[in-house]
Amino acid sequence: MIDIDVSTDRGIAVVVPHGRLNMVAARQLRETLNGVIEGGTNRVVVDLAETTFLDSSGLGALISGLKSARQAGGDLRIARPTPAVLSVFELTNIDKVLRPRADVESAFDV
Amino acid sequence: MSRRLLLLRVIVLVTALLGINYVTWRWLFSVHWSAWWIAVPLVIAETYSLVDSLLFGMAMWRLKERGEPPPPIPDATVDVFITTYNEPIDLVRGTAVAAVAIRHPHRTWILDDGNRPEMGRLAEELGIGWITRSGDWAGMPRHAKAGNLNNALQATDGEFLLILDADQVPSPDILDRTLGYFTDPEVGLVQTPQYFVNVPEDDPLGSQAPLFYGPIQQGKDGWNSAFFCGSNAVIRREALMQVGIARYVHEVGVGVNRALRSARSVVARARKELGPEETAVAKALDEVLYDVNRARREIARGEALLDVTYRFQHRIGEIRRRLVAEDMQLVAADLEVISQLEGLAEASDQSLATVSLESIDRVTARALSPLGAIETVEALVRAVDVDRSDEAMPIMPMATISVTEDMATCMRIHGLGWRTVYHDEVLAHGLAPEDLESMLTQRLRWAQGTAQVMFRENPLVQKRLRWPQRLMYFATMWSYLSGFAALVYIAAPVVYLTIGVLPVQALSSDFFLRLVPFLVVNQLLFFVAAAGRPTWRGQQYSLALFPVWIKSVTSAFGNVFLGRDLDFSVTPKVRKEDERLRWDLVRPQLIAMGLLTLAAVVGVVRLAVGQASVLGTSLNLVWVVFDLVIFSVIIRAVRYRGYAPETAEAPEAPDEPDEPDGAAGTALPPTSPASEGDR
Repeated sequence: MIDIDVSTDRGIAVVVPHGRLNMVAARQLRETLNGVIEGGTNRVVVDLAETTFLDSSGLGALISGLKSARQAGGDLRIARPTPAVLSVFELTNIDKVLRPRADVESAFDV
Repeated sequence: MSRRLLLLRVIVLVTALLGINYVTWRWLFSVHWSAWWIAVPLVIAETYSLVDSLLFGMAMWRLKERGEPPPPIPDATVDVFITTYNEPIDLVRGTAVAAVAIRHPHRTWILDDGNRPEMGRLAEELGIGWITRSGDWAGMPRHAKAGNLNNALQATDGEFLLILDADQVPSPDILDRTLGYFTDPEVGLVQTPQYFVNVPEDDPLGSQAPLFYGPIQQGKDGWNSAFFCGSNAVIRREALMQVGIARYVHEVGVGVNRALRSARSVVARARKELGPEETAVAKALDEVLYDVNRARREIARGEALLDVTYRFQHRIGEIRRRLVAEDMQLVAADLEVISQLEGLAEASDQSLATVSLESIDRVTARALSPLGAIETVEALVRAVDVDRSDEAMPIMPMATISVTEDMATCMRIHGLGWRTVYHDEVLAHGLAPEDLESMLTQRLRWAQGTAQVMFRENPLVQKRLRWPQRLMYFATMWSYLSGFAALVYIAAPVVYLTIGVLPVQALSSDFFLRLVPFLVVNQLLFFVAAAGRPTWRGQQYSLALFPVWIKSVTSAFGNVFLGRDLDFSVTPKVRKEDERLRWDLVRPQLIAMGLLTLAAVVGVVRLAVGQASVLGTSLNLVWVVFDLVIFSVIIRAVRYRGYAPETAEAPEAPDEPDEPDGAAGTALPPTSPASEGDR
């Protein structure tokens, strides 16, 4: 289990996974995201500043969260990836779908 | 280089040279053009067989015998998956008990697509996991075994997965013997053979695949193309998940682009049909059109799809709200069309990328009021949003484009640069079909799956595969085209013996000098490659099942290009207790045998009355006898009454495995006796 902080501010939930977001933590993140969205907050920012490692399972959890958010009429944004995490984005081409944002506050501005 | 490999390479070279020499001579100098209707099909069939032989030779060129595996990774976490749909509980119990007893630390799961409470109780009794489809799958396409595995991937988290069909009983050391290969971080998959215990020595149904699970896989391994065969394989989860992510990106991109193109034509059409007084609506439609084009430009610039679709949807939403306020009554008129569109989005059982433009256009071609057009655009954009609302899960690591998910998935794993390994040691014991009907259904299914992949994701044009890999995949598909060549190989001797038409210009010494040495070295290549493994049964079936191979190709073509049903029946799981002999299942083969026999009689009569040459008649009689010997396996298969072991007890459940991919056999057309045996 990893630590995943959740806070909600002005209708936007900020989810912060700490440490290694790998196949073991992926399910936990997916369940956290689903909980937030089912709880009525359909706009979610996942802050990756504290995430030291991301694998394809972790990415899969982010995409499944994106699906839930969109189907609830909202959206999911990614913010502040570390260089290690960013390289995974490029490797899988997922950056063609998900554009990481530079900070959490402005993640929903555009 | 081992002496065996050196010998193989010499024979491969000689075979290739002699084969090319013979077929070139056939095309350039010996086609009997005035009898083109049989001469041209024959020379094409011979060319087909030569290509088959060359591809087999290419695999043998790099035959890789790996020997002892490296020691396993001690702390690797492993999930063992046992996939089941409707197999008897006791059959699954046997596999599950053996899976629990695997020595390397692991967790065992029954992936129960039948959702049977008694299976749940079995899992509880054995202290293992029971996975059924999650709620996400309600009302969504289920994708059979691929869907079952994808569902389980989401519920588990081991670093590696061992996949077992319900009947494949693993050895305790299966993980100890395979995990070591993953020490190489580039290795994504290790496949081991499928071997069946309920098959007598003479293997009347051709169930074992000694050539495929042996030299053919070893040859593919040499070109980093060892295939995933659905069961008895260990997969690195990261490799599989990467495939899922890459496919998601690809399909979402294709889908959104397609929807925007279609949206533009719908709106443009609606704009043209406006009356002169509807200026507010015209302005709104212009705005929509502008936004459609803007979204397309943004995508072309490389902006992230998520942002483009989000902004687009919100802008269209704004315009729509404004219009709704102005013109309420138009909405009702278009509701019907819109609900159809949404139906299109939700009910489609295909992936986004395969929703055809035509089907979207067909719906949108109906006359729409302007407001309806906007609703239409929204429905279209929703249909191909980045959330993949037409699938239970956005990420589908196991490919769903084919009824056999294994080959397509493996091709994508190779496409991402992973390595695969074939470990040639039997580490699981399974059950094969025991009656002709089940066997035929199973072979048809494998062949159809392969043909679907060939039509949907032709390996020859997969840019991310290296050329040898493309050819290794293509070789398997090519081998399933043998049904068409078989027809010609049956027809040619019949034509000569009955009406005396020779497809070759002359049975000269030139002909024999070119053909015979090629046939001999080709058989020699086969013999050396097999290294004592029995191959005759496979050779027989690759010709004798010609109706199955033909049907597989034509039905897959109809399915992929004409949107027809695959006419796919689930393999019967329980042996048919049919008292009658099912001659009806092999009617085409019986007709072929009848024709060949009849032609032989006519040929002898024609020879006796001096209407035919001795040389031509005897050559064609030899050909007929060869064909009949090949087809004789069909008679044995019909008469086969199931496995009766000579010693000890019979397997408890004489049932057919879920999806044991094995070899179908090896083609041996009369003129070109080496062909890749395949699954």
